[in-house]
Amino acid sequence: MTIPWLTLLGLVPLVGAGALLLPIKELARYLGMFFALLTAAVGVGVAVMHTSGVALAEQAAWMPAFGAWWALNLDGMGLVMVLLTVILVPVVLLAEWKLEGIGRWTPQAFVALVLLLESLSVYTFLAADVLLFYLFFEATLIPMYFLIGGFGGPQRARAATKFLLFSLAGGLVMLISVIGLYAYSLRIFGTPSYLLADLVKLALPTDVGRWLMLGFLIAFIVKAPMVPVHTWLPTATEQATPGTSVLLVGILDKIGTFGMIKFCLGLFPEASAWVAPAMVVLALISIIYGAVAAIGSSDLLRLIAYTSVSHFGFMVLGIYTFTSTGISGSIFYMLNHGFSTAALFLVVGMLIARRGSSRVSDFGGVDKATPVLSGFFLVAGLSGLALPGLSSFVSEFMVMAGTWSRQPVIAAISTLGTVLAAVYILLMYQRTMTGPVTEATATHFTADASFREKWVAAPLIAAVLLLGFVPSLALNVIAPTTQQTMSQIGISDPVAPLGEEAK
Amino acid sequence: MNNIPTPTFEWLPLAPVMAVLVAACLGIVVEAVAPRARRFILQVVLVVVGIVAALALLIFNFWSGNVGILAMGAIALDGPTYLMWAALLVFGLLSILVFAERRIDNGMTAFAASAASVPGSLAEAEASQARHEHSEVFPLALFSLSGMMVFASATDLVTAFVALEVMSLPLYLLSGMARRRRLLSQEAALKYFLLGSLSSAFFLFGMALAYGYSGSFDYRGIDAAVSAPIYGHGLLVTAMVLMAVGLLFKIGAVPFHNWVPDVYVGAPTPVTGFMAISTKLAAVGAMARFFFVAVGAERWSWQPMLAAVALVTMVVGVVLALTQTDIKRLLAYSSVSHAGFVLVAVVGALTSTDNASSVAAILYYLLAYGFATVAAFAMVTLVRNAAGEANDVASWSGLGRSNPILAGAFAIIMLSFAGIPLTGGFIGKWGVFAAAWVGGYSWLVVAGVIASLVAVWVYLKVIVAMFFSAPVEGVSIAKGSLVTLIPIAVGALASVYLGLFPGPVMDLMTGASIFLR
Repeated sequence: MTIPWLTLLGLVPLVGAGALLLPIKELARYLGMFFALLTAAVGVGVAVMHTSGVALAEQAAWMPAFGAWWALNLDGMGLVMVLLTVILVPVVLLAEWKLEGIGRWTPQAFVALVLLLESLSVYTFLAADVLLFYLFFEATLIPMYFLIGGFGGPQRARAATKFLLFSLAGGLVMLISVIGLYAYSLRIFGTPSYLLADLVKLALPTDVGRWLMLGFLIAFIVKAPMVPVHTWLPTATEQATPGTSVLLVGILDKIGTFGMIKFCLGLFPEASAWVAPAMVVLALISIIYGAVAAIGSSDLLRLIAYTSVSHFGFMVLGIYTFTSTGISGSIFYMLNHGFSTAALFLVVGMLIARRGSSRVSDFGGVDKATPVLSGFFLVAGLSGLALPGLSSFVSEFMVMAGTWSRQPVIAAISTLGTVLAAVYILLMYQRTMTGPVTEATATHFTADASFREKWVAAPLIAAVLLLGFVPSLALNVIAPTTQQTMSQIGISDPVAPLGEEAK
Repeated sequence: MNNIPTPTFEWLPLAPVMAVLVAACLGIVVEAVAPRARRFILQVVLVVVGIVAALALLIFNFWSGNVGILAMGAIALDGPTYLMWAALLVFGLLSILVFAERRIDNGMTAFAASAASVPGSLAEAEASQARHEHSEVFPLALFSLSGMMVFASATDLVTAFVALEVMSLPLYLLSGMARRRRLLSQEAALKYFLLGSLSSAFFLFGMALAYGYSGSFDYRGIDAAVSAPIYGHGLLVTAMVLMAVGLLFKIGAVPFHNWVPDVYVGAPTPVTGFMAISTKLAAVGAMARFFFVAVGAERWSWQPMLAAVALVTMVVGVVLALTQTDIKRLLAYSSVSHAGFVLVAVVGALTSTDNASSVAAILYYLLAYGFATVAAFAMVTLVRNAAGEANDVASWSGLGRSNPILAGAFAIIMLSFAGIPLTGGFIGKWGVFAAAWVGGYSWLVVAGVIASLVAVWVYLKVIVAMFFSAPVEGVSIAKGSLVTLIPIAVGALASVYLGLFPGPVMDLMTGASIFLR
């Protein structure tokens, strides 16, 4: 009997969440961390098995009448996202070690919800059945809703509701398409099937394919989040704890871009090519709007949210220019953005924990009071602006290179995003860290990064550096997904634009 | 005179209905002979034994494969009947159990001490002082339940009408028996009775026209007449419309929904819980049977009509639920919207034993809705302030803090109502929409999904109040006894089970989803 490793990978944190229902109070953090680390270990084990060619796919009957299966599979992109998830969760738990509960919203509840979220996210990334994916995609909203609504700032209930309604609106539009896929698979195959492997072969009429694709795409656009449906993100991150924001932006939002590649491009290649010009424009708007809004933000947490909007624009741009380099770059960007945003949010969280405020204007001269902390902040920020040597540079460059090979003008415009990134990161650093030590800074910033905080920042910065210098670690894993996606779309890579002129 | 056959009655296959009826009759005997102090406990035992026996007989019949048109063509014992009877018995047991709750209100039930006394009169005070109680509510509920079972399985219009009345009359009575806010309760009962009688009249008129059209009360006879018509089409359509009015009234579909909020609020909460699921289940079952079996060949006429009703019901239900501040009214309008979602599947009119069919979708939806409803109204009885039930949603604030387990269970139920994945409500919605889409009504699916989104906001409001708002002074979740806690626990757990492992139940329903003709 083979061990169902993929099911197990999601089951470990779920069991952890269940165990946390026991009244264990102070032990909760340790137990949670144990399960998070155990999940990470299983995740690494799965990664090793996958790269050494062990077949991990699982399939069992779930709802035969609907053609729905408990089908899990791992591809390069899925593996990257799963690894990101299992690494970020223990880091987040460590970062929120000192979290104080509000009433019934105890730290124990926080840990349990994080583990539940981890389990659901892992299954979302592994699902090889559309209905199963949809189910987990929507289910991740529940723990996230309570994480935002239970822990965080004074407006947290409103922020949580806004988040949920935006996500559900997108999700329900997708439900229409999911049901449509059922109806058409029944009509065309004779028996319904939700298996991705079957649906890829589904020859939909052109207009039906386009409509169904739009349903998926709208959900993913809301999730990603792209302008103009991004407004829930700054509200949510402003109110949520930094740890929650990391899980939200670092992991959950990636389901948006993940879904675009796996479902929009994978199931509806023709429709995706049809919608590509609009998506490219939307991506450009996101890149520039996000960056400009970040420059204008007076709140650190909102600022980081807007930088993410800009970065998601790059990811979408890479996907919808249909080049191997661009798509690989996008997937790699998803990973890097996970680490660099996590570093930014968590370091800012450390700053806010000391100052008691997240307004940019409340900081100043921090680098003299707590040099190590501001050093972390600088590295995290530089990773956000894609400094060469740090991993996000590689991915941003790949996206632009891919775009350039097809649409040089678009690529040129997108570089504006990089320039603006330098502006918002450096301005933020300058305003908060440099300058004379203000009175408030002197009172609040008495202790530099603690042992625990160093261990929070260290793995993230290490990951950013490692992937910056040895990107092939991730790119080799991603390559098969990229090739598969390109072959599904059926568009070959363009030769350099110069070559095109020649023919 | 030789052509009048001897009436036949298949005792064993019909034993589940008989068991409920016998228990109800014994209940009346108990009222007559048992001393007052013993009646209550005897009645509760009778209810439990009667319903469990009925369930056991039902399962026995199912295993022995007893199917067929029984009682001289009046009742069809087929797959859908088995499932509907089972669901009715389970929901009946759970919701009638809540009738017996005496712990939360100083040892008194939710029913008036003497329903015949004038509210506020001396007689009322005396009855209350003497701690009288109406243990007749149990046999009444059982009679109603037996009517529902027959209604859902009738294949003959006369039987259907009689069953409709048997199921409705006890409900009119029960609605008027609330201990608190008695005038409101009596008004509700009167309103329910008048409007219910009116709808019965419509049904009866439709029946007469259908008989005129086909010369038969039997569904097969009507079906034959539809296939080979003698009279004009107009007669049939009129008959269908009039009967639909009667049925849609019981389901609580717009525009025949006006009684729902008033009756749900006025009736004692345990009765509301019983009505909300059981009546709907029986009426939808009867409706599907009539429209699929008797006039299935005419579906091109009734599908658009029901599609319009479904659309309006969903939209009006959720929009009005949005504006409610009273939890019982909110649940009432939500039940209206759920009626709309179920009708979406009826409109699809899809038959299949391999894939999701309309009947399986309807049953699954009602199963998920039923478990959530039973638990929701049981929960409503528990949230109290000094004056009794605190039905204002605002007063539910902060209950998540004082009793996280019950509030958590209620949150699961709300999520199931909202159709969030991993709850039974989601699978139910999915099935209903899939049946409609495959049946050719994709536009109705789009409308349904939009209505679902609005609905989410309705239920979210309650969750936000319970978990993210400050507690209100004087409101708490009373410590109920097992008769209330069991329905809540079963409802919440079943909602999760139906969401996580829908396969076995769905397979059962899909396999047994063909109406016997």
